[in-house]
Amino acid sequence: MNAPAKIQETKAEQSLDAQFNALIAEKTQTNANQRKQAWDAFKAKGIPHRRVEEWHYTDLRTKMRDAFALAPTCVPKADVLQGAGGLESYRIAIVNGRFAPELSSNQELDGLTVTATDGVVSSELASKDAMISLNQALVQGGISIEVAANAKIEKPIEIVRYTDGADVSSYASTCVEIGAGANVLFIESFEGENGADYQSNAFTEIKVGDEADVHWLKLQVESQKAQHIETLGIELGAKVNFQHFIYNEGSSLSRAQLFVELKGEGTHAGLRGISLLQDQQHADITLYVNHAVPECESREYYRTVVDDKARAVFQGKIIVEPAAQKTDGQMMIKSLLLSDAAEINAKPELEIFADDVQCAHGSTTGDIDEDLLFYLTARGIPEAQARKILILAFLSEAVEEFEEERCVELLEAMTRKWLHADEMVSE
Amino acid sequence: MAAVQETIDQVKAIDVDQYKYGFVTDIESELAPKGLNEDIVAYISAKKDEPEWMLNWRLEAFRRWKTMEEPTWARVDYPKIDFEDLHYYAAPKKREGPKSLDEVDPEILDTYKKLGIPLSEQEILAGVAPENRVAVDAVFDSVSVATTFKEELAKAGVIFCPISEAIREHPELVQKYLGSVVPVSDNFYATLNSAVFSDGSFVYIPPGVRCPMELSTYFRINEPNTGQFERTLIIADKGSYVSYLEGCTAPQRDENQLHAAVVELVALEDAQIKYSTVQNWYPGDADGKGGIYNFVTKRGDCREKNSKISWTQVETGSAITWKYPSCILRGDNSQGEFYSIAISNGHQQIDSGTKMIHLGKNTSSRIISKGISAGVSQNTYRGQVSAHRKASNARNFTQCDSLLIGDKCGAHTVPYIESKNSTAVFEHEATTSKISDDQMFYCQARGLDDEEAVALIVNGFVRDVIQQLPMEFAVEAQKLISISLEGSVG
Repeated sequence: MNAPAKIQETKAEQSLDAQFNALIAEKTQTNANQRKQAWDAFKAKGIPHRRVEEWHYTDLRTKMRDAFALAPTCVPKADVLQGAGGLESYRIAIVNGRFAPELSSNQELDGLTVTATDGVVSSELASKDAMISLNQALVQGGISIEVAANAKIEKPIEIVRYTDGADVSSYASTCVEIGAGANVLFIESFEGENGADYQSNAFTEIKVGDEADVHWLKLQVESQKAQHIETLGIELGAKVNFQHFIYNEGSSLSRAQLFVELKGEGTHAGLRGISLLQDQQHADITLYVNHAVPECESREYYRTVVDDKARAVFQGKIIVEPAAQKTDGQMMIKSLLLSDAAEINAKPELEIFADDVQCAHGSTTGDIDEDLLFYLTARGIPEAQARKILILAFLSEAVEEFEEERCVELLEAMTRKWLHADEMVSE
Repeated sequence: MAAVQETIDQVKAIDVDQYKYGFVTDIESELAPKGLNEDIVAYISAKKDEPEWMLNWRLEAFRRWKTMEEPTWARVDYPKIDFEDLHYYAAPKKREGPKSLDEVDPEILDTYKKLGIPLSEQEILAGVAPENRVAVDAVFDSVSVATTFKEELAKAGVIFCPISEAIREHPELVQKYLGSVVPVSDNFYATLNSAVFSDGSFVYIPPGVRCPMELSTYFRINEPNTGQFERTLIIADKGSYVSYLEGCTAPQRDENQLHAAVVELVALEDAQIKYSTVQNWYPGDADGKGGIYNFVTKRGDCREKNSKISWTQVETGSAITWKYPSCILRGDNSQGEFYSIAISNGHQQIDSGTKMIHLGKNTSSRIISKGISAGVSQNTYRGQVSAHRKASNARNFTQCDSLLIGDKCGAHTVPYIESKNSTAVFEHEATTSKISDDQMFYCQARGLDDEEAVALIVNGFVRDVIQQLPMEFAVEAQKLISISLEGSVG
């Protein structure tokens, strides 16, 4: 409210300053001009804080005490990578922001082209958000993935992103282009050394051609101490079926930002996810879904379980442009608060400029239903177990909607593991 | 065919301007010089014959205001306001302060008559059944011109008077409660209001008293280039009940006029306050020229246990509305309610909603918001529901529905849901849609024309809220809704 005081540079900002200057001083640095531009855009805004509406509930300025040194190139042992948990797949490994061919599948796959890049991309999004700008200024490497038109890829494409070492930071960017009529499943995992303190910032752009069918599963299982920021820019053509699912379990602080543009008629976008939070975790999912053309459908369904002192943030915005008549958009956020110190902040927004639309959003927040709990305990199920059954049921509803069998099994196994549900049954 | 012709005539008649309160009352007034500085604040204070503590309070607010910046977060768009180009005080010129209605300028009485507000008590006594009586405080530009039924209210121990009078005669109450719900430096417009507010109503309901009649304030902006800054303070002491109505109109002028009011409600143990507003300030003409900027801070404090505050609003006027009647649910078992109909047509912009802040145990709140946008207007619901760590068993239900008429308008929903207590249960629902072809066809097949069909469907859409209004207002509100939407179809 008061006159804006000159904001002082934080320690993290000073460290970033030094890092960028060292980086740009390297003679071999590619795309120096573009990096400089991105850096200037970042400098103008600084690390986002609570006065920035989009970051109101995730005050990165206070939470990011320091910026760790850029992670060096290295190749960890192959067996530390978890990925899709043993599912037969085509693997693309990215370690500390850079493509690691040694850890990736080496045979050719029909319809798929993977190339390493320096990570600098020209994207409109780069100036939109400070953390994307920062990614583009410091990006260590990237890949470009192309799926040919009409390619039907049976095997899931696994993208494993691993941050090796403690007190380091990694910045990666990825461009994905999916040809018209292609059919593909991606399983992307974010992981790192167990218990290590590190920062990862990933920026991915996905362009989907007409009539393609794409499923994308993101497993966020970073170290419990890590800070994870991921931005997705998604552009969908006509008659596309695009299904995205976030599984959020890791990181002390995580933020997933999705910018989704529906640019072709008759497209269906499903954005779903579950977050399982405990201790002092802070998880933020922020969405912008822009309906620019008529007759598209979008679904935004997220469920969150918050325990201990954890904090969940959900911000979703569905925008319906004047031209986007006959839009059908539904957003539903459900949260379970399991402890008195847990916290949830939700902001499901609708911004509608067309009249012939069906848009709705809903949000529920509360503890486990006492009646349901009573029903189970009255049938001799111990309370602790009854609670787990109900939490599992709450999460399964969201998981099943992803409609990709291989992933549903994987997700259910991960959820059960987080809940220690199997231990209970055997006791 | 006759019916068709009638419809055409009707539509033609309202084609340009359908605002029927747009006349100007020609009356001599006393104006403060344009601009705002400490002297003007002192001038207003002196005009009101205020004690020194009040002047200091205002000056403190003014100094705070100087350091503040206009908020820009609302989804409204307007040219920057020049706060130096306004008269901060305008009063009808009068001999002495009116002691009774007979002394009030007949021109003003006439104005209120045109607006349909009978101020003369005899008239009401003669014409209306006693239980339908409403005590009215009429505010004309910056001053309260008449308060009716004062004596009868005084018998019940109810204090209902202009706030300037309350400052002089009940300083202990004013000092205790003024600014206790909306602090001086709460926000830009509230702070401005604290510095320059000129009049408004003051209500105190003593313990255990059920106010014998509806209380009402009628606000009218008449002078050009003035801002109206009224301040309302309502205190419901232990176990009391009051229902309060507020209405507003202004003449049609080409320039925009500023209205920045502050309303504070305090409900003590077991007390209940029902506050209803029909806001019908001049919305500007068909091209979006002129109209009132309505920047209002309204907040109720359920200070003690088992208290209840209920806001009902029908927003049809103003070029820009920026208004969030809120409830602070501090007392255990307290309840807050917000029922709203916000209709925007033409070039109107509305950014309105509520805040329900759950602090006490077992508190509950309910929000029903119905937004209707037509023409090229923008209509935003912005609301916050939050539960504090200690607010065990807090309960909220929110429903906000938007209806779009025409393809050039916008409807937006921005809810903030913050829960820090696991026993708190919050539910939020929002939908946006247009009047379906099926609904229109159904009505038309039964012989209703387009406008009638829309009016019928809209009235059904807002029924939940209309039901919450006191009877006198419900009729007025229903009429207003059909007038506001005229010309929006076809």
